Amino acid sequence: MATFHGYVHVPFCRVRCGYCDFNTYTATELQGFPQSAFISNLRAEVKLARENVGPRQLETVFLGGGTPTLLPANELAEALGLLREAFGIADGAEVTTEANPDTVDRDYLSVLKEAGFNRLSFGMQSAVPEVLAVLDRTHNPEAVARNVAIAKGLGFQTSVDLIYGAPGETMEQWKQTVQAALSLDTNHISAYALIVEPATKLARQIAAGALPAPDEDLQADKYEYLDAILSENGFDWYELSNWSKAPNSVSEHNIAYWKGQDWWGFGPGAHSHIEGRRWSNVKHPTTYAKHLALGELPSIDGETLSENEKLEERAMLELRLRAGLDLQVIRKLNMGFAKSVSELVAAELIEGSAAISGRAILTLKGRLLADFVLRKLLGL
Amino acid sequence: MLQLTGVVDDRSMRAQYLDRMDIERERGITIKSQAVRMPWEFENQTYALNMIDTPGHVDFTYEVSRSLAACEGAVLLVDAAQGIEAQTLANLYLAMENDLQIIPVLNKIDLPAAQPEKYAEELANLIGGNPEDCLRVSGKTGVGVDALLDKIVQTVPHPVGDPNAPARAMIFDSVYDSYRGVVTYVRMIDGQLTPREKIQMMSTRAVHEALEIGVSSPEPEPTKGLGVGEVGYLITGVKDVRQSKVGDTVTTVAKPATEPLKGYSEPLPMVFSGIYPIDGSDYPNLREALDKLKLSDAALVYEPETSVALGFGFRCGFLGLLHLEIVTERLEREFGLDLIATAPSVVYEVTMDTGAEITVTNPSEFPTGKVKKVLEPMVKATILAPKDYVGVIMELCQSRRGNMIDMQYLGEDRVQLRYSLPLAEIVFDFFDQLKSKTQGYASLDYEESGLAEGDLVKVDILLQGDQVDAFSAIVHRDKAYAYGVLMTTKLRELIPRQQFEVPIQAAIGARIIARESIRAMRKDVLAKCYGGDISRKRKLLEKQKEGKKRMKMVGRVEVPQEAFIAALSTGDEKKGDKKSK
Repeated sequence: MATFHGYVHVPFCRVRCGYCDFNTYTATELQGFPQSAFISNLRAEVKLARENVGPRQLETVFLGGGTPTLLPANELAEALGLLREAFGIADGAEVTTEANPDTVDRDYLSVLKEAGFNRLSFGMQSAVPEVLAVLDRTHNPEAVARNVAIAKGLGFQTSVDLIYGAPGETMEQWKQTVQAALSLDTNHISAYALIVEPATKLARQIAAGALPAPDEDLQADKYEYLDAILSENGFDWYELSNWSKAPNSVSEHNIAYWKGQDWWGFGPGAHSHIEGRRWSNVKHPTTYAKHLALGELPSIDGETLSENEKLEERAMLELRLRAGLDLQVIRKLNMGFAKSVSELVAAELIEGSAAISGRAILTLKGRLLADFVLRKLLGL
Repeated sequence: MLQLTGVVDDRSMRAQYLDRMDIERERGITIKSQAVRMPWEFENQTYALNMIDTPGHVDFTYEVSRSLAACEGAVLLVDAAQGIEAQTLANLYLAMENDLQIIPVLNKIDLPAAQPEKYAEELANLIGGNPEDCLRVSGKTGVGVDALLDKIVQTVPHPVGDPNAPARAMIFDSVYDSYRGVVTYVRMIDGQLTPREKIQMMSTRAVHEALEIGVSSPEPEPTKGLGVGEVGYLITGVKDVRQSKVGDTVTTVAKPATEPLKGYSEPLPMVFSGIYPIDGSDYPNLREALDKLKLSDAALVYEPETSVALGFGFRCGFLGLLHLEIVTERLEREFGLDLIATAPSVVYEVTMDTGAEITVTNPSEFPTGKVKKVLEPMVKATILAPKDYVGVIMELCQSRRGNMIDMQYLGEDRVQLRYSLPLAEIVFDFFDQLKSKTQGYASLDYEESGLAEGDLVKVDILLQGDQVDAFSAIVHRDKAYAYGVLMTTKLRELIPRQQFEVPIQAAIGARIIARESIRAMRKDVLAKCYGGDISRKRKLLEKQKEGKKRMKMVGRVEVPQEAFIAALSTGDEKKGDKKSK
């Protein structure tokens, strides 16, 4: 039986970052929808979810966005309270919120700690003001260090998110960012290559020639540098874009996604996966609220996965993990899997010893080509 | 004429009435000849005028020559706003060689840009006589058309032939009609043919029954038979046009003729190209489509061919570039196929040191051993243009290995240039270049003029050491390097990075003349894959499965079909999307 997890999507931002295509809205984009209505709507959705799922205890909770910390601390506490009241939360469960370094301080974080949050994921992105400017990030780099220190003092597990490969970012600037992140002494780091998503401001700037397109070779160099320096400093990769210091500091919540567990995504645009069924909520907060006011689930795009699709998803997700993918999954999807596996071992994209014992585990080179490895394994 | 003689009423009349194919009407050209019979009264006597509307383009010269051989006179129609074009000249000379009575006519005199005085002068210079003898008409308004019809009756000789001799009819065209089978167009020389009679093709001795005999006026109209001088059609129920060979003589079984009429030489394909379906599973459909097209286009030849890069297809022979273009367009349009055509090439005669002789219609089949000499087809090209463009035309011909034969003024500002050029240089993009360098004012015509030795080499393109047959080309030694650089650079832009480095080389035999390389792909991974990304990523994977079908393997290198198409197109291609994600 799969474990059960809760995600709450807070779709508000003060400004929209140029690279971001997430479901989030600035005050003007909300078209009159009050942010203060978020909790009352969440209450309605939690009630419907409880009727739908039945009595299941939450193993982890994660608040993401958007910018959850744009809401007052007591509202985040209230959101967590709603989930606890409806489902119950397991003892010692990981309870995370994403935090914008500019929107929190000691008082704010104390309220969260008091409410039961025990992990903070800071959107640091870069330590270099020029790079932050290209990304449209407004925060002051010093706020990150100050708040991470406060959070650790209050007993939170901490993590920072980094982005590499922003247009114009040099290798030196990236090294500076990595060093700054290390000096924070968090026990978890996530790092994402910048992807130019279609229909974003960044995509338009690149198309117009105002900014250079990210250089994929340089992004690869940056990944290799990061991985080397993190291992020197006691971090291990446990997913393509995630490193942790000790086994118990991995993000349990994210692992639930990659292991195909059940979760309910609350809030506008949030995605859910329960017992082989995937759906997402309508995106705009106003429409979302309308559905709830009618007493109906604000869900769209529902699909029930076939056995093959389930296997494909397992391959797609588990290949990204340090533990790797059981090759039995591949055997069922690709008749010629043995040939694919041996070619991938020969190309040093997956580990030979693990392959012999029936698992596909990506090498460093393989991690950078994970999508290629997946296609190859699936015989595409 | 059709309206004035009453064979087409005003209500049914439309522009290009006799051009039946969509493609003819769209392009405003004639591809197939059409026969029509019109009554005309002159000095109280009614005459039957048989007319054949012919194509003008150089590729279809053989159609024109067949039609001319079936006639006694020719109406030389020249656009009064544009003057004589190179192909008009070619057709005029053909008519003169056939000793036909030529009636010069300037058409479209209703156009504001018409300059009938100027072009009448030009015409008179060409065929002799006075500019005043040149008739001026407008097909649109009907002005002058009655005078033209009168003139035809007056000047074109009446048919001579023996009505009592055994029947002899010349086949000048034969087309396939999906409802009625093969329709054979003939010109009666001697005797007569009647329906229900057993007829015989003199070359094949094949006997058929004439199920229907009639005339086109211009819709098919059954008659009681055809007599001396008449032009009409025969239907025998045969399904294959090859049973009714153009140039053959039709006689009757009951009273057979002994001597066939002088036939025509069969047109030889001049230009070859490999035609491949984009979707490999369309191969059988392509075969069927070619078989069907062949029924109405005897000049089309093809045989199966395989290419490492493009899969299964056909090497097809055409009369020229327009013919190639029209056939591929008809295949795509009338049979719903998506096709790739390789760069057009000509036929080379290669002699080896050993004395062996090889005919090469596909560059990738050019022999590898010691080559003693290579002969390539030459053409005599005639270019007509305003005198201001003489310089650019000469420059262009020079760069295409041309030798000038002569140059003369046609009128005070129009010049005719004649060049000897390798056909291979013309089939590439000569016509486009000529048109663009002369703002569209130049016209081109050419005729075969035998073979000539050329310093020619085959340039191969290699991907990771594997030859990509579709890109092999036979070029002049001086141009080999430029071709090599062009293709390797193009391919480097078009082929997505692989997970290993891919060298792209151009080679003459074992000698590498140009080299590029596609660096190994180092990064192909989606950075973030959380709850909301999962469905999206799985759907992307499904899409890639579809995309995979359009990938071709050259050795270990995956090449998207689009890259081949873009590399085969001669123009400036758009830069390919190098991302494979």
